[in-house]
Amino acid sequence: MMYLKAFIVGGTLCAIGQILIDKTKLTPARILVSYVVAGVILGFFGVYDKLIDFAGAGASVPLTGFGNTLANGVKEAIAKDGLTGIFTGGLTASAGGIGAAIFFGLIASVFGRSSEK
Amino acid sequence: MNNHEYKKYAQQKVSPSPMGKNLFFAFLIGGLICTLGQALLDLFSFWGFEKKICFTLTSITLVFLSALATGIGKYDDLAKYAGAGTLVPITGFANAVVSPAIEFKDEGFVMGVGANMFKIAGPVIAYGVSASIVGGIITYVISIL
Repeated sequence: MMYLKAFIVGGTLCAIGQILIDKTKLTPARILVSYVVAGVILGFFGVYDKLIDFAGAGASVPLTGFGNTLANGVKEAIAKDGLTGIFTGGLTASAGGIGAAIFFGLIASVFGRSSEK
Repeated sequence: MNNHEYKKYAQQKVSPSPMGKNLFFAFLIGGLICTLGQALLDLFSFWGFEKKICFTLTSITLVFLSALATGIGKYDDLAKYAGAGTLVPITGFANAVVSPAIEFKDEGFVMGVGANMFKIAGPVIAYGVSASIVGGIITYVISIL
């Protein structure tokens, strides 16, 4: 059941992105930025966690989930460290995904070859 | 054929019923990537990791798979059909880092790979983190009032 919910919610979030691309001519970079910022806002209101409880990876895997991770990280860090947490929480919570992308990106650039040439 | 006519002709060739077809593939492939994420989430939780760690490990694994698929040129093949289906999931974020990293290799590992890997990820991180700091300031002010 969780797989079906993950499929439908994840698919819907992607379909919304597709509509934005087709109808508004937003560039991919703008779509990603919008999704992350939307996730941050929904995360601060505590709405997005409810969607993750409902759909699991269907909500956490899209970039809105990344935004939610930033928001939750800041909230937790403020509760733990106070004022400093405002600045440390976001990147601390999202470090896994960002670190992995940077590291595997470097590795891939050593071994990968450009598809254009 | 002038430029304008060609554009029209090419558009017809590329997309017979663009909206519906694009939407279908974005939904299908985006949904499948999330389903794969759910399988990873369940696997890590089965192995006994704490809930929060499971989400992080799932992200790292998906990022790795996306980097691998991008490195061998398969992610971009999929993206041609999937559109936002391969863009919106975290695999799309990883692809946005890895793809320019590979493409700009010719310009050197520092200013080519190192700088260009943040071409799209940079704005995402900049606005995401800044939005979370604004939210943090508001949360903090409310908490001390």
